[in-house]
Amino acid sequence: MNHRRTLTGTLVAAALLASGCTGGGGSSKGADAKAPDDPSQVSGTIKVLTHRTDIVQDGTMKKYADAFNKTYPKVKVEFEALTDYEAEVKIRMNTENYGDVLMIPAVIKKNDYPKFFASLGTEKELSEKYRFTDFTAVDGKVYGQTTNGGTPGFVYNKKVWAEAGVTDWPTTPDEFLTALKAIRAKTDAVPYYTNFAAQWPLTSWTYVAGSVSCDTGATTRLAEGDPWAEGEDLRVGDTLLHDIVRQDLIEKDPTTTNWEGSKPRLAKGEIATAWLGSWAVLQFRQAAEKAGTNPDDIGFMPFPAQVDGTFCAVLSPDYSQAVNINSDHKEAARAWIDWFSTESGYADDNLLPSILKDAPLPEALKPYEEAGVKLIELDDAKGGLVKEIDSASEVGLYGPAYRQDLVDLARGAKDGSLDDFLADLSERWTEARKTVGS
Amino acid sequence: MPHTRTTAPSHATEKAARPSTAAPPPPTPRRAPRKVRLWRKLTPWLFLAAPLALLIAFTYAPVANMLAYSFTDWDGVSPELKYTGADNYIEIFTRPELFQVFFVSGYYLAASAVQIAAALYFATILSFNVRFRNLFKGLLFFPYLINGVAIGFVFLYFFQDGGTLDSVLALFGHESDRAWLGTSTSANISLAGVSVWRYMGLNFVLFLGAIQSIPGELYEAAELDGANRWHQFRYIIAPGIRPVLSLSVILSISGSLSVFEIPYIMTGGATGTETFVIQTVKLAFQFNKTGLASAAAVVLLLIILAVTWLQRRLVPDDRVDLV
Repeated sequence: MNHRRTLTGTLVAAALLASGCTGGGGSSKGADAKAPDDPSQVSGTIKVLTHRTDIVQDGTMKKYADAFNKTYPKVKVEFEALTDYEAEVKIRMNTENYGDVLMIPAVIKKNDYPKFFASLGTEKELSEKYRFTDFTAVDGKVYGQTTNGGTPGFVYNKKVWAEAGVTDWPTTPDEFLTALKAIRAKTDAVPYYTNFAAQWPLTSWTYVAGSVSCDTGATTRLAEGDPWAEGEDLRVGDTLLHDIVRQDLIEKDPTTTNWEGSKPRLAKGEIATAWLGSWAVLQFRQAAEKAGTNPDDIGFMPFPAQVDGTFCAVLSPDYSQAVNINSDHKEAARAWIDWFSTESGYADDNLLPSILKDAPLPEALKPYEEAGVKLIELDDAKGGLVKEIDSASEVGLYGPAYRQDLVDLARGAKDGSLDDFLADLSERWTEARKTVGS
Repeated sequence: MPHTRTTAPSHATEKAARPSTAAPPPPTPRRAPRKVRLWRKLTPWLFLAAPLALLIAFTYAPVANMLAYSFTDWDGVSPELKYTGADNYIEIFTRPELFQVFFVSGYYLAASAVQIAAALYFATILSFNVRFRNLFKGLLFFPYLINGVAIGFVFLYFFQDGGTLDSVLALFGHESDRAWLGTSTSANISLAGVSVWRYMGLNFVLFLGAIQSIPGELYEAAELDGANRWHQFRYIIAPGIRPVLSLSVILSISGSLSVFEIPYIMTGGATGTETFVIQTVKLAFQFNKTGLASAAAVVLLLIILAVTWLQRRLVPDDRVDLV
């Protein structure tokens, strides 16, 4: 029974209008999107919802679609790029009309996947070939396939770092701070750029989880423990961010930072470092080309922490593509998903790790291989629970607010101490953990 | 548009219309056929059908929906939701930190006082004969026509350190290079300043319309009696536009309580600029507590209704009588 419709229905009837805008997804539960056997026989028009407005506009997506048509001549692919992807798709998912293929928005609870998406097969079978299958698996069935992997890290300007006399990657947060101080002292560059006003770049700090401890169970520890306890990944990361800001190693006015503007500035050496993800490397290199500087100056380094003398970097999936459970062309949609994540070259074009288990690392991560950085994949069995605790506690691990507060605290725009701040987060988190997932 | 005048003539037309209905019914020995009577009854509703449908579909149905959600634990997307009774309301009223953000409205309240005063000043000056009068009218009203999102972005550059504001100040020898959005106080003052810039045009136009509806002879007579500009403002203009003035005050108070787009776009609520609406949006879209956020929206609606009611009680809407 659909609770929502009955409840609002009664109330809205009073307003003379039976509400039609609250239908739920999931009329044909248990539907599968099977991979087609014969590419030449699949047909239909599919609509792909994507957050990549930039490459839809510049025609890159169209080129992928044309290449796709060489194998699947009868499938027509249309794109719909959404600027505020999460918010818009969330609202559309109250109807049945949310494209044939879409990126799974973060707001959908993992256990609800079977209500919205068609299954792509069993995890057992898919995990032989692909990475990250457990991120979208519910009860042994997989509901989404990511387009590519990625790893968080510091994008930095090699030339500036070298100018400051730092050639080796720092191995502890203290060394990192010392390096930034050297940059402050010896160069004109801003040692670290927060991207405070753009907000979302601050959320990348959540992805230090796993990098510090080198523990594939980092997500489970978030769900079952206190992320801000002494020595925990998030505490180490947040403390580093706090110290960077507190020691004035950031831009002068973080509140008016500009994301697009930061790319050429880092390329030109006016900014030395920013904590982002490996996906950003390509964008900064392109910015360097545009600004007429050397794209090879853009480097990428792991979080300054080592376990037994090696760095760890967490490989995690990007947005996952899924098939709308109400789609009329599930085979064609599935064909697109498989083709896009493995054959389109999208991951390579963006210098990102492929989802194929046997694929080599992209060129941007070559220095990682040389430095012997250990790449790990987190176990995501408790990933859904972490999100639920996060919402219930209103901490906002995946939103910018708490990191913005942290930066404000560190630069003295907000009263309090770091310990109290983190203790408050701990308290809210552990409180919420008791109410969720019981 | 001329506020004070339209009220009077409309009364007059009502009066003129009334006798015909009040007068003994014209001799109609034969009643109109049933079909015709039905149509006569139906006609006004037919005219009203389109606006009513729009009003219900886009105003009352969403509000009813919101009310319904406010009693549930819906997360905004899941097909399942549970009816939780008054739980959301209890949660809102037992979490005092949710109401702390109303202190931010204080900045906007203060700003709206400045805004109304400035609008009144400009409206008064420009209602007399001033050179380039229409140009100035246009300039003052223009910000109101710009999209709020665009304004947010423009002012982000404006307040950047070393940005427009700093360079303008430097022209006057004030060598400053400061983060205007850097601390909570200066950020809120800056944002409230943007909101004054944006909304003053609207107040200005309302006042201008009201002032121009005051008969010109009154000024002439006052001038003959030796009244200067201040006297004219004090005894003719101010009382003449009282209803518009009190409307503006109501609008700006409710506006101050529900500030949203300028701080949301410019700071996203960081550095102590979070308002009640931003907080509600975060609850709904960041923490997926649509039920709780709906309840917060209902509470805000009730607060604004209460404030407006109180204001109407304190300052009753008098008839304007200048003569």
